[in-house]
Amino acid sequence: MSDRDTKDHGRDADDPELSQRLQALEQRLSESRADAEGAPDQPPRQGTALALRLAADFVAGVVLGAALGWGFDRLFGTSPFGLMVFLLLGFAAGVLSVVRTAGLVKPGPAGPDDIGDRL
Amino acid sequence: MANDPIKQFRIEPIVPVEIGGLDLSFTNSSLFMVATVVGASAFLIASTSGRGLVPGRWQSAAEMTYEFVAQTLRDSAGNDGMRFFPFVFSLFMFILVANLWGMIPYFFTVTSHIIITAVLAMAVILTVVFFGFWKHGLGFLKLFVPSGVPGVLLPFIVVIEVLSFLSRPISLSIRLFANMLAGHITLKVFAGFVVSLGSLGVVGVIGAILPVLAIIALTALEFLVAALQAYVFAILTSLYLNDALHPSH
Repeated sequence: MSDRDTKDHGRDADDPELSQRLQALEQRLSESRADAEGAPDQPPRQGTALALRLAADFVAGVVLGAALGWGFDRLFGTSPFGLMVFLLLGFAAGVLSVVRTAGLVKPGPAGPDDIGDRL
Repeated sequence: MANDPIKQFRIEPIVPVEIGGLDLSFTNSSLFMVATVVGASAFLIASTSGRGLVPGRWQSAAEMTYEFVAQTLRDSAGNDGMRFFPFVFSLFMFILVANLWGMIPYFFTVTSHIIITAVLAMAVILTVVFFGFWKHGLGFLKLFVPSGVPGVLLPFIVVIEVLSFLSRPISLSIRLFANMLAGHITLKVFAGFVVSLGSLGVVGVIGAILPVLAIIALTALEFLVAALQAYVFAILTSLYLNDALHPSH
């Protein structure tokens, strides 16, 4: 009986040190896990790269609208109304691409409910 | 002018060829496209020829490139997107190696011409359109019809969706071309500052230290951009291919 007591006592004396070491190990593991998870996300979130993507998306929409409008006018002789309409539509398309690239709405077509969730 | 920043982008015929009134000369651009293909192939073939179970330094680099692109494609287009892996990987390697060749002084940067990037972007978007129609038939058009839009607005929304889709190849090509063009012009302009300041005497030489530091920083940035733009092109290609594979979401 007394033998067991001393054994228990001995283990209790070890415990604080052991749990401390376990805690430290746990902490280091979770830190390195967080690092490993965080790392792959870094490249696409580069500020400059995202800014250039947004700029290119918007400009592409407007340029496409202008080109389509100009071509439409040349084909059907409706100058300048084709250019006016298509430029505005291109503007809208550019804004749509930018909002999508920025991740404010779901990529691809989405119902109004989905958009509400994301905003 | 000795340090004209645009001169580096001039296309010069090396072997003039003319067939049926078409100028098909082998130019410096063609030369560096060949260099790009040879460089990329040599890197991959030479590094994987050992087929070591424990990869060496080069084989490890090749395997990392493969894993990286495969992971990018799998993340955005799912497992059935892997059938496009050869296409996406070729695009990635071509752009990456072409950008990196361009970083060597006096070398020509293939991707700084919009016609090159436009052809690459057209290849992507035509693949998306043809594969989309081949796989889903007219169901592919669901891509342009968002669900739950009131009937009055629908024609308007569809037109905007179509325009947004058509502007993709434009933004894809403009992004790559503009990044490479702007970066190389900036480097050249700062290098021009060094030369003009250096001719002003002692004060000028001391003042020229600043643009030299800027060039060092910009060169590092350009290496980053070279890799980043290849990655961006690959990931956007994967996203667009995802639309062709799963148009309705």
